[in-house]
Amino acid sequence: MLYSTFLQKTDPMRELNRIQHEIDRLFGAERPVKRKLFPPVNVWTNQDAAIISAELPGFDMKDVHLSIVGNELTMKGKREMPEMKDGEFFHRRERSYGEFERIIQLPFVVDHAKIEASLTDGVLKIALPRAESDKPINIEIKSN
Amino acid sequence: MADKKEEIQKKEAEAVDTVERTRSGKVFFPLVDIMETEKEIILFADMPGVDKKSIDVTLEKDVLSIDANVQPVVYDDFELDYAEYEVGDFHRSFTLNDNVDQKKIRAGYKNGVLQLTLPKAEPEKPKRIKIVEE
Repeated sequence: MLYSTFLQKTDPMRELNRIQHEIDRLFGAERPVKRKLFPPVNVWTNQDAAIISAELPGFDMKDVHLSIVGNELTMKGKREMPEMKDGEFFHRRERSYGEFERIIQLPFVVDHAKIEASLTDGVLKIALPRAESDKPINIEIKSN
Repeated sequence: MADKKEEIQKKEAEAVDTVERTRSGKVFFPLVDIMETEKEIILFADMPGVDKKSIDVTLEKDVLSIDANVQPVVYDDFELDYAEYEVGDFHRSFTLNDNVDQKKIRAGYKNGVLQLTLPKAEPEKPKRIKIVEE
């Protein structure tokens, strides 16, 4: 991640925005809707593979679809709202429903045939082995 | 980085009551839906990756508490390159307004969601006192 500290220092609007933000927060004003990245992912890597995990509580295996094209992994899924009958109502609704789609750029070329994915207790885990052709090769240095 | 915090969906519990925890690590507020039907109150809480055996639901007086532990996942020989979410335990408590039949509370955990079904207690029936003529 890039830190543009120099730019931030010279931007007079930044401080004003910050104050505005603070006022909004104190008075509970509606903040502009921010597009949240869903699902949140964590990415682990080493030289030979990558593991991507994502939190998908309430998603059934059959409602999550993964596909890969080149270096881009696409996750799609949907979570249905429970059916409501007459006289039933929500006291609280903090969880979200609906569809999502997220594309993740992989750090290297992966062997498409060897990808494994599992969904356990609402946590998706995708193991992506690096393609043999993409692995770094150690070059021996010879002395003359 | 200031913006990043808001993108994380899980909300860290601000103050875990007044009782301190012995386990270290972060505690999150599970997001919940609370639905009321004619006979029951149903609560759904998003708690991905929880160890089923650690889920602890208690009802004391009118306070319903949910606790669950999450075993942090560590992949040997891998480095965490990029992170959008953190893993930690879950804790949240609610005050119940309606009378709940404590003995009939049911709990289930599926696909990372805890479902609690709290049947409403039947209202006490008025007692009729018979007058016996002597």
